[in-house]
Amino acid sequence: MTSTPTTTAATTSPGGAIEVLTIDLEGETFALEAACVREILDLVPITEVPDAQPFVNGLINVRGKVVPLADLRLKFGMEPTPPTIDTRIVVIEVEIDGEPTTVGIRADKVYEVTQLVAASLSETPKLGMRWRPEFIRCIGRRHSDFVIVLDIGRIFSCVLGAEAPGVGAAPAERQVAQLATTA
Amino acid sequence: MAGSDPADTFRQEAQELLELLEQTLLDLEHDPGSGELIASAFRALHTIKGSGSMFGFQRVADFTHHVETAFDRVRKGEVAPSHELIALALTARDHIRRLIEEPEQAGEAEGVAILGELKLLVDGGAAPEAGAPAPAAAAGDDETATWRIRFRLPRDAMTSGNNPLPMLAELRGLGTATVVAQTDGLPAFDELVPTDCYFGWDVVLTTDQPRGAIESVFLFVLDEMELQIDRIETEPDGDERLGEILVERGDATPEAVEGALARQQLGELLVEAGAVTGEKVAAALGEQKLRREARAAKAADSIRVPAERLDELMDRVGELVIAQSRLKQVAAASDDLQVKSVAEEIERLALELRDSTMGVRMVPFGSLFGRFRRLIHDLSRELGKDIQLVTSGEETELDKTVIERLNDPLVHLIRNAVDHGLEDPAGRAAAGKPAQGRISLSARHAGAEVLISIRDDGRGLDRERIRARAEANGLIAPDARLTDGELFQMIFQPGFSTAAQVTNLSGRGVGMDVVKRTIEALRGTIDVASRPGDGAEVTLRLPLTLAIIDGLLVRVGNGRYVIPLSAVEECVELPPEEDARARGRSFLNIRDELVPFLRLRELFKATTPPDRFQKVVIVSSGEVRVGLVVDQVIGDHQTVIKSLSRLHADVETFSGATILGDGTVALILEVAHLVEYGQVQEERLKAAG
Repeated sequence: MTSTPTTTAATTSPGGAIEVLTIDLEGETFALEAACVREILDLVPITEVPDAQPFVNGLINVRGKVVPLADLRLKFGMEPTPPTIDTRIVVIEVEIDGEPTTVGIRADKVYEVTQLVAASLSETPKLGMRWRPEFIRCIGRRHSDFVIVLDIGRIFSCVLGAEAPGVGAAPAERQVAQLATTA
Repeated sequence: MAGSDPADTFRQEAQELLELLEQTLLDLEHDPGSGELIASAFRALHTIKGSGSMFGFQRVADFTHHVETAFDRVRKGEVAPSHELIALALTARDHIRRLIEEPEQAGEAEGVAILGELKLLVDGGAAPEAGAPAPAAAAGDDETATWRIRFRLPRDAMTSGNNPLPMLAELRGLGTATVVAQTDGLPAFDELVPTDCYFGWDVVLTTDQPRGAIESVFLFVLDEMELQIDRIETEPDGDERLGEILVERGDATPEAVEGALARQQLGELLVEAGAVTGEKVAAALGEQKLRREARAAKAADSIRVPAERLDELMDRVGELVIAQSRLKQVAAASDDLQVKSVAEEIERLALELRDSTMGVRMVPFGSLFGRFRRLIHDLSRELGKDIQLVTSGEETELDKTVIERLNDPLVHLIRNAVDHGLEDPAGRAAAGKPAQGRISLSARHAGAEVLISIRDDGRGLDRERIRARAEANGLIAPDARLTDGELFQMIFQPGFSTAAQVTNLSGRGVGMDVVKRTIEALRGTIDVASRPGDGAEVTLRLPLTLAIIDGLLVRVGNGRYVIPLSAVEECVELPPEEDARARGRSFLNIRDELVPFLRLRELFKATTPPDRFQKVVIVSSGEVRVGLVVDQVIGDHQTVIKSLSRLHADVETFSGATILGDGTVALILEVAHLVEYGQVQEERLKAAG
């Protein structure tokens, strides 16, 4: 049911590479720093929090702990979709307001833990991006594809409080996400 | 506590002794004639001095010695325990505490100043005599008597630095003594711990010293040891004495006596000899047995456990309760009777375990009250107001964590009451009130809540002033009609209180808004009531515990939610005619009282078709009731509260979440918020017509 990626203590190896976990969101490949990933779960029953922001409107049970579930797609203006057989939950630990918090992230697919070498990393271009640049740490290249490395800390830090309307903030973000309620 | 740093043990002990000393001194202020209180204060000082020097706290020992000397004179009746002396003793107590806890901070000069004042008070300005108190000083009782002393040290006496040999030597020094060691406490060889003290001693001592001189030999260990001191009277009745001594000294070989009694030998012998009747022997032995049992019970009175272990235990119990409710569900689906019966048994055990674990975490409220007596004492001197603190409900128990977190808010509320509530002596006289102001502090249980109230008999809250201030701050509209309760809630707004107040004494601690936040963080509420000129009363309502609650599990659409059972008043069916009125008037007639209701389906945006017969759960918060319409009432549920993460800090409808038997997460409704929401809606509807 779970496969915990072997995370090394140091994310950045001597060659300047970063170790990441690659996931799929609507056909686009994103990457999370492997060091913050705790475990990967199959889809579990999700409890909807009616009052919460759509982006974090779920709660799941991770080994007896109540953990908020975030759907990053809503942060990037994508449409919520029903879960498929490939849907996974990536459990990460991120600091929110200085407090280490365990958060689940919905991924349409989880690929692998891999190394992105420094040479393949490039700064986030300010233009020509579908995604809000402040959420992106850098863009890497893997094989012939682009991999978008997310800035997880930034994404969750602006959940709280006033949120500046960003480039790609589509109306979908305001849309009530009708994700899987208690399955 | 074996194996821990002895210095830590001393600090812990000293802290308790200092607390005891403080309470004793405050009691003494009200009852200066009580010899018992004076003796208790003296003993606390003496023990602090003794163990202080034993564990290398020389400054503590030196300083305490002088205070003790002063109290020795009080004890002997040479000096009266005046208010000044008690106030000074309290200051000295604080100094001792500093010497122990933060010796670097405790200035030498301060100690010298306190001692100087003390000497002045005790000796009336005469030259101080700093010598140690002679143990056998008390005169007037030089009659020679024979004492039977029977003592047994606590098992760990030697590991904590006590030694019975000097005590025996000291006893011998008092007069003519015969010492017999009792070895009946010795265990079998393989159970023997070499550092433990298993012996007891019987000493027959003929001395011209008073009883107090004998007791003072044991002063260090008096609280934990078994000590019996009896004066042996020479009785003329020779026959009686044989039986008496046998029974009295029975402790020496209790098994033999009991065994003999069982075989009717000792009893028969005694009865045959005509010394005593059989009943007398049986009664005496019975009494002895009882006494021994009582003593054993006392020895097992309490143990010290680090607080984090209790928290850990509570976590485990929480997990057990969750696992148990999963088992319950499995068993309910199973046809196996054996599984069912085991599941039931486990359920009962888990609930009992939960209750006793929570019981362990309960602390009587009195432990907090003690600190407030000192606070009142200090405030009274500081502000020149004569104040009496009346407390009730000290025995009311509350979760340890809640008690700890209540300290600061209560200190602030009391300061506020004393500073702003109570008038100065002139003001009280003008208002025709007794010169002594009164602060009442009470705690009591009400259902699954604890009510704590702080009441003063001062001038009361100034309604007009609060209103003017709230309007100036834009908190309320100028024409808003508010009840007193609502208006008084304004004092909890951030930055509200201080500027409108007369003095700034209360600026030291937390503000009223922090008080409110702390109480709300504890899932509690605050009510304020006041009548002009007749004082104010602040009532805190707090849940009994933070970790586990009884909940009512309900279903709304697809989601399941927990309503704290303590807030639930009753469940009724929503009458179809009310249900049909989809919008518009949302009131239920509950026994001739109109109760507004909220449709949780609408609130939670449920998309599934509603159940045909909607249920209403009537909940209350404070005085207000509101109905919550749900699809189904599932039943009661042991709810282990898990707090929501920072990501859901903006969610007000739910106070937390829990894990249900099937592993899914259910949200816990925040009743106070829903009730408030219901009220707002009710007013809107009323306004609409």
